[in-house]
Amino acid sequence: MALKLLFLGRLEDLAGGGERSVPLAESIDAVLAGLDARLAEALRAPRVKVAVNGVLLRDRQAQALGDGDEIAFLPPVSGG
Amino acid sequence: MALVQLLVHPFDPAEELARFTAAHPEAGGVVSFLGQVRAGGGVEALELRHYEPLTLPAMRDLAERVKARWDLDGLLVIHRSGEMAPGDPIVLVAAAARHRRDAFAAADFAMDHLKSESWFWKREKAAGAWRWVEPREEDFQDIARWQ
Repeated sequence: MALKLLFLGRLEDLAGGGERSVPLAESIDAVLAGLDARLAEALRAPRVKVAVNGVLLRDRQAQALGDGDEIAFLPPVSGG
Repeated sequence: MALVQLLVHPFDPAEELARFTAAHPEAGGVVSFLGQVRAGGGVEALELRHYEPLTLPAMRDLAERVKARWDLDGLLVIHRSGEMAPGDPIVLVAAAARHRRDAFAAADFAMDHLKSESWFWKREKAAGAWRWVEPREEDFQDIARWQ
């Protein structure tokens, strides 16, 4: 039972890699609680958006997680 | 009709533009913008990353908003992802319209929103080291003009 975390942009450097697998947790908050404090703080920033299985969350508290879910942390974009 | 592409390989903007204009003989004007990797400042390479489930769908949504806002015959949006060298094309936007003001405004709007709202993350390589590029305040000001 696991979750796949994806770290986009500069979050990849902070996390030490673009993706990692973590044990299944019931909420985004529970996932963050299991991470290194400095990384968790960066991921909690209001400007970091969260998508679960490719769908952006409006309310990250409300999201229930299931086995195999992909959680992407998306920092402010810098395109073009 | 809008043609929206997210490419992970190089493209030839002249060829794409020629194909686009040939497809829209009814348009009285075509406005295009080409963004390329800026040479200088010691930048050796630029890399754009995207997130597959969000990036292309959001580009398609943007194209629909542009088409709904201006009277266009055609819209072309091509954006690179992956690693590029100075001088390489990054983004090409072209708008074809009966009247030039619609085409200018549509291309301008599309570029402002691609820069500040599309799901891309950029990093630059200089002196052998990669560094993530943070969004610029000007990009947010540019997009505020349309609200």
